[in-house]
Amino acid sequence: MAQKVLDALKANHASAIELTESLFGDEIAWVKRDSLVAVATWLRDEPTMQFDSPVFVTVIDRLDWHPTGVPLSAHWSDESGKPRFEVCYQLRSSTHRYRIRLKVAVPEQDARCASLAGIWSAFDWQEREAFDMYGITFDGHPDMRRIYMYDEFVGYPLRKDYPKEKRQPLVRRDDLPINPIKAPGAPHGDR
Amino acid sequence: MAAPRDVTSLKQLVLGRQDVQDMSDTETELPPDLMTINMGPSHPAMHGTVRIVLTVDGERIVKSDVQPGYLHRCFEKESEHATYTQVFPYTDRLNYVSPMINNVGWAMAVEKLMGLTGNLPKRVEYIRVIVSEMSRMTDHLTCIGASAMELGAFTAFLYFLKAREWLYELLEKVSGARLTHSYVRVGGVAKDLPDNFDQDLTHTLDSTVKVMVEVEDMLNNNKIFRDRMAGIGALTKAQALATGCVGPIARAAGVDYDVRKDYPYSIYPEVEFDVPVGTTGDCYDRYLVRVEELKQSIRILRQCLKQIPDGPTMVDDPRVSLPPKRDTYNTIESMIRHFKHIVDGIRVPAGEAYTFVEGGNGELGFYIVADGTGRPYKAYVRSPSFVHLSTASQLIHNHLIADIVPIFGMINMIGGECDK
Repeated sequence: MAQKVLDALKANHASAIELTESLFGDEIAWVKRDSLVAVATWLRDEPTMQFDSPVFVTVIDRLDWHPTGVPLSAHWSDESGKPRFEVCYQLRSSTHRYRIRLKVAVPEQDARCASLAGIWSAFDWQEREAFDMYGITFDGHPDMRRIYMYDEFVGYPLRKDYPKEKRQPLVRRDDLPINPIKAPGAPHGDR
Repeated sequence: MAAPRDVTSLKQLVLGRQDVQDMSDTETELPPDLMTINMGPSHPAMHGTVRIVLTVDGERIVKSDVQPGYLHRCFEKESEHATYTQVFPYTDRLNYVSPMINNVGWAMAVEKLMGLTGNLPKRVEYIRVIVSEMSRMTDHLTCIGASAMELGAFTAFLYFLKAREWLYELLEKVSGARLTHSYVRVGGVAKDLPDNFDQDLTHTLDSTVKVMVEVEDMLNNNKIFRDRMAGIGALTKAQALATGCVGPIARAAGVDYDVRKDYPYSIYPEVEFDVPVGTTGDCYDRYLVRVEELKQSIRILRQCLKQIPDGPTMVDDPRVSLPPKRDTYNTIESMIRHFKHIVDGIRVPAGEAYTFVEGGNGELGFYIVADGTGRPYKAYVRSPSFVHLSTASQLIHNHLIADIVPIFGMINMIGGECDK
């Protein structure tokens, strides 16, 4: 059903769409990294599309990707030189009941992607999650901080080269001075 | 210097005062500047897993920073290292008040990749819908009961937890575990329903209906309850859509979206039920929507009990089903197949799919990338609680600190699901 969306995307944004495909009933459009915001804005504002409801953002790390059998996605038909990360945006149109997944290929050396948090506010936290787990920086995001892990955490836990057994406990440093208790009679101005 | 006061009065002994005799710093007015205070994670209303850094102007919240993550247990990383069957216990611990729906969602996601969707025995589909709807009831009963308790209505909490316990006991009979069921398998369910299940469930539903009448009498027109809920934490329809809200929160705001109706799966097209939709989008509408969904779940369950056919509880497909125990012990082929199935896991062909079901809190989705081995290459859960919690900062803005409690209660943030 949402093949219509893929056709409309190819017709209106021919230069921005690298590839479209349907896998297991899910429609996927590979979008050029520079054109993501333009395509997303068009999908939201175009009356025949009206993708008003965001679903999720996640990232696929293809570092260890050695599928058995023939890869289904045409993007992976030739495996050489493909960027390591794929940022996936799943969108839903409540009016037309379309669903589509936008994919952006992001290379390891330049792990950046445009933020869609300004278009759909739901992506605010979800992009922070993707940043926290995969280390993709979203340009234009209002508040690019870690969300699940603590700020002192080193590395990105869901990357394939982060070992599962690795532990990074956040421990209190006992060698730091504790707040001295105020001496009796000292002025107590601060509250 | 202020006039000395009667220091024997206990009321005047303020914590932190250096000298009880010195009353020179007694303030007659509150300080006019903004104050930053910390709420949670060890706070009963924060469910023990969320921290909010609030900036308040007196009692009014002007800025808030909601910080989840205190219950992060690496669901996705662990799933990448477990076989597809071994992930079921992890999904139990996502939304731990409705684990069956998570089980069903994961099983459906794997079945979609294996091309099994729609080919399961009818009895499997009915059993899955029955346990899912029972789980939805436990979810809503917990949410409403706990929210009422946080507003002081302890009776409603005890009554609803009593009803929830009846459902848990029944689910325990079905699966063997009270809370973490791990009952669903790829291609079917672990075992058939127990004897006399339909009488037990009918009796439980009848009793639950009586409890609901009592609780509704207590809450619906209760002045305290309505004053605390009505007009608090409202979302408009457009806001609910743009923030990605689903489930009771979005429906309370007027978004007519229910996965069971809009993208029907399993045997939901064969049963009759309505989707309640609210108008104001505030906490009171969320409460009403949840109460109505409880009634609709009871309606679905009664129909399922009438319509459920006999038949196998596992699809007859050697890729996903274990060989019969008798063969495993007696023939070498079946033993090898059993061994490979357990050790290597179910082999899912390479591909990727997003599958979603209507969870207790809305669209619960699993996005799996498979590489042809027995373990998922990537498993992502689209947890509704995480999306809903991201609106919390917007919802509590300009409300009083006391309003955080009902807003948080009706968001029904489940720590395990939110923090993954």
